[in-house]
Amino acid sequence: MADLSSAPVPPVGPEDHVRGEGKGLIVYADLGCPHCAAAWAEMAARPGAIAFRHFPVTSKHPRSAALHAAAEAAGRQGCFFAMVDSLYADRGRVDDPHLWERAQSLGLDLERFERDRREASVAARVRRDFQSGIRAGVAGTPAVFDACTLVAVREREF
Amino acid sequence: MIAAGTPAPDFTLRDQDGEKVSLGDYRGRKVLLVFYPQDFSPVCGDQLSIYQEVKPDLTAKGVELVGISIDHSWAHKAFQEKLGIDTTLLADFHPKGEVAQAYGSYLEQFGIANRTLVLVDEDGTVAWTYESPNPGEFPGANVIFDALA
Repeated sequence: MADLSSAPVPPVGPEDHVRGEGKGLIVYADLGCPHCAAAWAEMAARPGAIAFRHFPVTSKHPRSAALHAAAEAAGRQGCFFAMVDSLYADRGRVDDPHLWERAQSLGLDLERFERDRREASVAARVRRDFQSGIRAGVAGTPAVFDACTLVAVREREF
Repeated sequence: MIAAGTPAPDFTLRDQDGEKVSLGDYRGRKVLLVFYPQDFSPVCGDQLSIYQEVKPDLTAKGVELVGISIDHSWAHKAFQEKLGIDTTLLADFHPKGEVAQAYGSYLEQFGIANRTLVLVDEDGTVAWTYESPNPGEFPGANVIFDALA
């Protein structure tokens, strides 16, 4: 089992999914989360870089594991953020046939997409991000860090 | 708040299925008591969902996870199903908040338990506690693993 004790947010590295350039945000997000979807367009449109880290809460959003695996598999064909944008823009269509439609519309090799999204290495990649979020104290999504300081969480009443 | 090193007050409460559960049932294992304010509140839902995600990691460390609030078993059952979790939820319903009061977690002004974690060791002794500064905040799961390190 992984060490889940407290640790700083890992700095952005070569294996991160990053869009844009310059100083930016690190976002721990759940592709099945409506709050993340609502915040995504605004976050993605801001100037600077944005690093997306997987934080699927699968008990709450049962399709999240499949959606994060789909994004990761799309990333292997250079379309990670295109898939993320697509999933957040249309949250009502997340079953497998919808994922195939999305992959095709992005011009992905569907056979490779299908193979990749079921690979253990893809699940491990998603899990690694999730665990780094747990160690950083992420307690809800989206959790946004600026220079490794938590700057935004969704407001909630107890 | 109950102090680490003191015997954990025993209790018997009904779970989400109406079955009686006692603290003594966990003797020989570690159990993490998660006192939380109310079923169906947004923060409580997020807290129990996040903890559910790391439940296998807690199990690997020999820790059982148990939620406790002032809600009835019926509410617990519906809340458990809504969240898609299998964490045991105990009803501190009648007398209201009696167990939370025994652990020093009860907020009299609100009529709910504060968001509190109590780790009870294999011998029934309080090994570690955490109390949130207010019911609207909950500790990330990392805090639990820090205590278990």
